[in-house]
Amino acid sequence: MTVESTAARKPRRSSGTKRAAGAASAAKPAAATAQTQDAEPQLVQLLTPEGERVDNAENAEFAPFVADITTEDLRGLYRDMVLTRRFDGEATSLQRQGELGLWASLLGQEAAQIGSGRALRGDDYVFPTYREHGVAWCRGVDPTNLLGMFRGVNHGGWDPNTNNFHLYTIVIGSQTLHATGYAMGVAKDGADSAVIAYFGDGASSQGDVAEAFTFSAVYNSPVVFFCQNNQWAISEPTERQMRVPLYQRAQGFGFPGVRVDGNDVLACLAVTRWALERARRGEGPTLVEAFTYRMGAHTTSDDPTKYRRDEETAAWEAKDPILRLKTHLLATGGADEAFFAELEAESEVLGKRVREVVRAMPDPDTMAIFENVYADGHALVDEERAQFAAYLASFEEGH
Amino acid sequence: MATEKMSIAKALNESLRKALETDPKVLIMGEDVGKLGGVFRITDGLQKDFGEERVIDTPLAESGIVGTAIGLALRGYRPVVEIQFDGFVFPAYDQIVTQLAKMHARALGKIKMPVVVRIPYAGGIGAVEHHSESPEALFAHVPGLKVVSPSNASDAYWMLQQAILSDDPVIFFEPKRRYWDKGEVDTDAIPYQLHKARVAREGADVTLAAYGPMVKVCLEAAAAAAEEGKSIEVVDLRSMSPVDFDGIQASVEKTRRLVVVHEAPVFLGVGSEIAARITERCFYHLEAPVLRVGGFHAPYPPARLEDEYLPGLDRVLDAVDRSLAY
Repeated sequence: MTVESTAARKPRRSSGTKRAAGAASAAKPAAATAQTQDAEPQLVQLLTPEGERVDNAENAEFAPFVADITTEDLRGLYRDMVLTRRFDGEATSLQRQGELGLWASLLGQEAAQIGSGRALRGDDYVFPTYREHGVAWCRGVDPTNLLGMFRGVNHGGWDPNTNNFHLYTIVIGSQTLHATGYAMGVAKDGADSAVIAYFGDGASSQGDVAEAFTFSAVYNSPVVFFCQNNQWAISEPTERQMRVPLYQRAQGFGFPGVRVDGNDVLACLAVTRWALERARRGEGPTLVEAFTYRMGAHTTSDDPTKYRRDEETAAWEAKDPILRLKTHLLATGGADEAFFAELEAESEVLGKRVREVVRAMPDPDTMAIFENVYADGHALVDEERAQFAAYLASFEEGH
Repeated sequence: MATEKMSIAKALNESLRKALETDPKVLIMGEDVGKLGGVFRITDGLQKDFGEERVIDTPLAESGIVGTAIGLALRGYRPVVEIQFDGFVFPAYDQIVTQLAKMHARALGKIKMPVVVRIPYAGGIGAVEHHSESPEALFAHVPGLKVVSPSNASDAYWMLQQAILSDDPVIFFEPKRRYWDKGEVDTDAIPYQLHKARVAREGADVTLAAYGPMVKVCLEAAAAAAEEGKSIEVVDLRSMSPVDFDGIQASVEKTRRLVVVHEAPVFLGVGSEIAARITERCFYHLEAPVLRVGGFHAPYPPARLEDEYLPGLDRVLDAVDRSLAY
């Protein structure tokens, strides 16, 4: 693509988003053009499933946001995805071996999570669902910390303020409001950090998500809503959640919505950076719909063969986010076999550590039941703790 | 000493004003709390004096109000949110129960949730449906929440201050039919413990335990009973979670009889828990079973029937007589 042709396209794609933050005027998003009921709407894509870099009208506005990405950065993104997939696979195995009570796999969603996660700055704040293992990885959260709740030793456990990564939220969509409130606080503080809320296509049906859109729009809050549309909410397909493409919903709330190829790590990075910059500039919220696919089950408790076809899964396998970057790296000479071998060895080390840490994870002390119910204490908790301690002690006394 | 006579509504307004002045992190949020000053004018004039960044009119979305307050608390703010009426809290119930109440425990104590949810509650003002309910037991049942209700102007002033200072989420039920009742408020007093019961009237024969709007009814019942030579002690619980069982026990060990009074349905209400616990604690002191007076297991009735539904002087005195008859 020539410089001229890019320049010719840019104003059209930017027209809505360069305006000041007045909600209505910002409501005409670049990518949310007049598409309704389209089965395969245009995606922002920078890397095709065949691993080729593309320049086109859809990505012209966003490509400059990854202009600085070096070959080394690409190898880093690849490494993140591979290690995240390895961690995820190890956790799935641990569940099958009875070491975890449940696991929510991110298989297939590595690009959406690593691309968006690597777009964040340290002072940004993340509100995840329970599947954002790749984002947690990007935030520097020790992946073994994510396993406590699935093993049943805590309900989260990590300090959210250490890595600006909030606890996993299981109730669908609740965290989008927490993110919005947090972003309202960021704006009040006059800070230029941003907030990102992760949720899924199923969550888009929840009232809380609509309320989060409303609040963030009317208060012009610096929040990015990052929806990973992985096509399935347990057994419910997206047809059971929406009648128009999800990203177009943002328009009705007065902010831009963009659909990005969720299996393209570079495009996810670019679009998320673009949305975060809008937030930092005081231009309010953005909805990013990462169009992707959950390759595995919703959690280890369900059986996807009961609700979806093999052909569908096979079609998505061809769009594998890791494979396409590997093809790109090999084709461009960005990485050699030694790099991939080294990474494989690193994966083994990670997998081994995860297994060891999980198996060594101690059960919590019984009296932890009564801990941290309240910050300031509570007479009833104190009374019940004392009663239960006395009851337990009675066994030790030989009754 | 700065003692002033003011209504409960005014006391709440002064309390919020003081909190906003004292701590820049305190925020007021809710529907119509800004220019209008709230439908009961509890936030009257606060937006004018503290600005739209501190006193925030919100969209009409209760889950959004509480959910964003949680996010603001995570950012270090101390939001005081107003739910316009009792029956409207249910869209926010999910956020209150699944998120607000559990955040501190889930984070193993690493984060705090200093959010106050103010709810004008209970009946007696001739309102339409969903404007007169007493859902306090639904919140008291939830670990992680604290639930309180003042019965007079002084408590309204001080209990709201204490609730805002608390690092735990507090559901603050305001007895709307008492908003205009006046009382002395000493704004310089040293605040008492938020969850400590108060002996509102001393007596020797029967203890009446109540909170919020029913404390006044119980005091009137005690005065009427006194004319018949009966000595009634009235305990104002103030707090439904935690309940000051020690305070009630002390009174019951003296009078040996207890009647718990509230507007909420009797079945599985706060009174049920008090009856069970006091029976455990005071079995050998009691001369009569603990009795309960309250609402029926029926939807709150239309306004023309609420005088029959709400426990009044006669129903309270009838329970006193039944207790004394054992």
